[in-house]
Amino acid sequence: MKNTLYICLSLLAIGFVSCEPELENPVNEEGFYDSGSANLANYVAVGNSLTAGYADGALYITGQENSFPNILAGQFEFVGGGEFTQPMMDDNLGGLLLNGQQITENRLVLSVDSEGNRAPVRLEGEPTTEVTNGPTGPYNNMGIPGAKSFHLVAPGYGNVGGILTGAANPYYARIATSGNATVLADAASQNPTFFSLWIGNNDILSYATSGGVGEDQTGNLDPTTYGPNDITDPNVFASVYSQEVDALSASASGGVLLNIPDVTSIPYFTTVPTQVVPLDAATAAQLNAQFALYNTQVLPGLVAAGFITQEEADLRKVTFSAGQNYPIMTDDDLTDVTQILIAQGVPAATAELLGQLRQVNNSDLIVLPASSVIGTTPNPDIPTNIVGVTVPLGDELVLTAVEQDRVATASASYNATINAIANAKDLIYIDAKALLKQIDETGIVYNGGVLTSEFGTGGAFSLDGVHPTPRGYAYTANVIIDAINAKYNATIPKVEIGNYPTITLTNN
Amino acid sequence: MKKVVLLAVCALATAVTYAGGYRVALQGNKALAMGHTGVAVVNSAESVFFNPAGLVYLEDQLSISAGVHGVFSSVAYQNDAFGTYAETDNPLSTPLYLYASYQATDWLAVGLGVYTPYGSTVEYEDDWAGSHLVNNIDLQAIFIQGSVSIKVNDKFSVGGGPIYATGSVNFNRNLTRSLTDLNGNRSEVTVDASGVTNWGWTAGFMFNPTDNLRIGANYRSEIILEAEEGDADFQNIPNSPLTPFADTKFDASLPMPAELAVGLSYEFCDKWTFAFDYNRAYWDVYESLSIDFANPQVPDSENLRNYKNASTYRFGLQYDVTEMFTLRAGYYFDETPVREGYFAPETPRNDSSGYTAGLSVNIGEHFQIDASFLYLHFKEVDASYDYYFEQGVQAPFRGTYKSNAFVPGLGVSYKL
Repeated sequence: MKNTLYICLSLLAIGFVSCEPELENPVNEEGFYDSGSANLANYVAVGNSLTAGYADGALYITGQENSFPNILAGQFEFVGGGEFTQPMMDDNLGGLLLNGQQITENRLVLSVDSEGNRAPVRLEGEPTTEVTNGPTGPYNNMGIPGAKSFHLVAPGYGNVGGILTGAANPYYARIATSGNATVLADAASQNPTFFSLWIGNNDILSYATSGGVGEDQTGNLDPTTYGPNDITDPNVFASVYSQEVDALSASASGGVLLNIPDVTSIPYFTTVPTQVVPLDAATAAQLNAQFALYNTQVLPGLVAAGFITQEEADLRKVTFSAGQNYPIMTDDDLTDVTQILIAQGVPAATAELLGQLRQVNNSDLIVLPASSVIGTTPNPDIPTNIVGVTVPLGDELVLTAVEQDRVATASASYNATINAIANAKDLIYIDAKALLKQIDETGIVYNGGVLTSEFGTGGAFSLDGVHPTPRGYAYTANVIIDAINAKYNATIPKVEIGNYPTITLTNN
Repeated sequence: MKKVVLLAVCALATAVTYAGGYRVALQGNKALAMGHTGVAVVNSAESVFFNPAGLVYLEDQLSISAGVHGVFSSVAYQNDAFGTYAETDNPLSTPLYLYASYQATDWLAVGLGVYTPYGSTVEYEDDWAGSHLVNNIDLQAIFIQGSVSIKVNDKFSVGGGPIYATGSVNFNRNLTRSLTDLNGNRSEVTVDASGVTNWGWTAGFMFNPTDNLRIGANYRSEIILEAEEGDADFQNIPNSPLTPFADTKFDASLPMPAELAVGLSYEFCDKWTFAFDYNRAYWDVYESLSIDFANPQVPDSENLRNYKNASTYRFGLQYDVTEMFTLRAGYYFDETPVREGYFAPETPRNDSSGYTAGLSVNIGEHFQIDASFLYLHFKEVDASYDYYFEQGVQAPFRGTYKSNAFVPGLGVSYKL
């Protein structure tokens, strides 16, 4: 009996040892892939929310796991890449606490109501990531959501005490090596062998997403005087950007610089159509009657008196018709005629309404948050007060052509700087602007689908309409891998972007 | 008989693996040692499976054969475009068999067999690159067969009988390539059905034109195991009406295809026997793995397989060394039923070559120990499964596969 058992077991044991099938050229064998002339042992990523893995209006664990630097680092492991550390949040809700008080919102999820309408809503729950109790950096991923170009070199940007006044950034305060440290110094102290820098987006984006309520600071060389929604002076940008590349490339064998995409390529600005107000013929006629005096008397009168040009008068005309209409808005780039009208005896309330009033036109971009405002009645007691129809959209909800020009001018200048520095330093220049344009215009075909910038369904953009989804970040990583392979004669494998998630569905 | 019990102790489970599709050609240690030939071989009760017509030519009043095979199988996968790599961690599976034949009269023998001709146990690491196709599968089918064998004369006999099949399946895969819950856990489904039964039959004949030559043919009918009211368990599903995957029941059917065997055996130089079998498996019945969920909210799962009929060519040699020892060796070539573009990782089977050897040792007058050994070699293959769809768009799953299996077996024969 014992013998039989012995024979039986030993036969099984022989089998167990001999059974592993071996592929001829296993991908996990040293040397299958090659890093070429790049040294990817210690990769440090520096930038803003796009580097951090921010998505859906928050920073949360699964988003960080799918940050483009983390995806890159995963593929770098095939060619000698070392550990890649990230300042992981404590949960998948994403909100930040400062001394127990929530200071940033939770992530957005796509919710479906009982009538089947889909809309992004904030995920409910008590977040647990406390800024004052964060882990201490530095980390390989030094992407700081909200950071502008000059913030990376600003001492005190990680000082907890400065968060509420806006002088410091909670994401950096959470991990800064000291209250006086700079993001750049914390990054460079790790002696990266390879780096990526994607910064400058917020230098125009906060202006754009706020509908241009900030100032264009071109000409003002002192960024400490800038407001949060201002456009950074291109010379300030060029100066700090150059400083940042110098610091990061001091120890590095190579690096990647990514440029600034156009705001017109992202769903935050392209989702809400300009002709967003549906009206029937009767309502349109009634509204036209209300604006008749304004169109035919007030505007020509202002032109005649020399307060505005004929061009501005044409821009300020308000007309509605049956079908889809342009909403009315307040444009702070128009001449403010409130006082003039009051002086002419127009009631103050009406004068204020008409002061910088015009109708949205095709050259404007209505921002995504306007979709939940247009058509609502702010005061339920006055049902005729309808946003976009009788109540103008605030300036913060529309990025006008004038404002777009300011953004485009600044970003073109930033991009010229980035390109020039990339050439001078022999670094990789990734034209993120062209890539986003391509995603927006034609889409990117991948195995199993097409990546587009269509809000909610296109797969590239998360529910905040600004930041990519994990799939969008994975595509970014692939583009960078292609560029590294070409530049440094490397053979790093890419990722299958269809395996990366897009937006999250959840009903609270 | 104690030894038989002991063998059963070795057998951790009756799960099984290997051969074209999910056919598991391990139906006897004597036959396997000879390349799994046997349709025209008469040497033990293993003929209950291989060709019941041969039972009536067995010399003893009562013949019993029982045994077990230990299947160590493994699959390595990679895709060098992405650096993805996976290796299955298949548990040892131990298909069993038990055959008995009783010579009732000079012209009639009756037999009984229990064996496991179909099955598959494949376990990948959860959430591996092909997890949207399979994480793991455990498919088992046990056939119980009664047989009669009738000698028409010394040169010709017929045999056959009914088969009762009982099966079970447990299959887990992720719902898509990317769907997760809020915390990033991949959404997955496990379908589980057991006690699925159906009937089939087998029939064959044996022709002995000379004292040394036997010719045999045997046909085993297809048996379609139709799972009804199986359990579908969905995990990590987002809380959204857009992902209405609630636990439900399911119906599915899995065919055990018909198989035809024809072959011959030839005794020569007194102590030698040569055997050749040709098998044809009618896999074209396996068009699709379709899972019909009871809950109308849950979309049914349609997985094209589109198998083709496939042949196996088997060669075996036996040498009676002494009264006490018999040595055997064999080879077979097993064609895959999987068409190009339908290479699904749950049955990653391309063409294979089996190399076999074994021996029998007589212990006393009544007992024989049968040992066998099979090494099954698959060539490395670049293959893809092209019929996975997301939102109606085809998303092929490609890669390089390399499989093998290593199967030691041990059995006992008793004759009276």
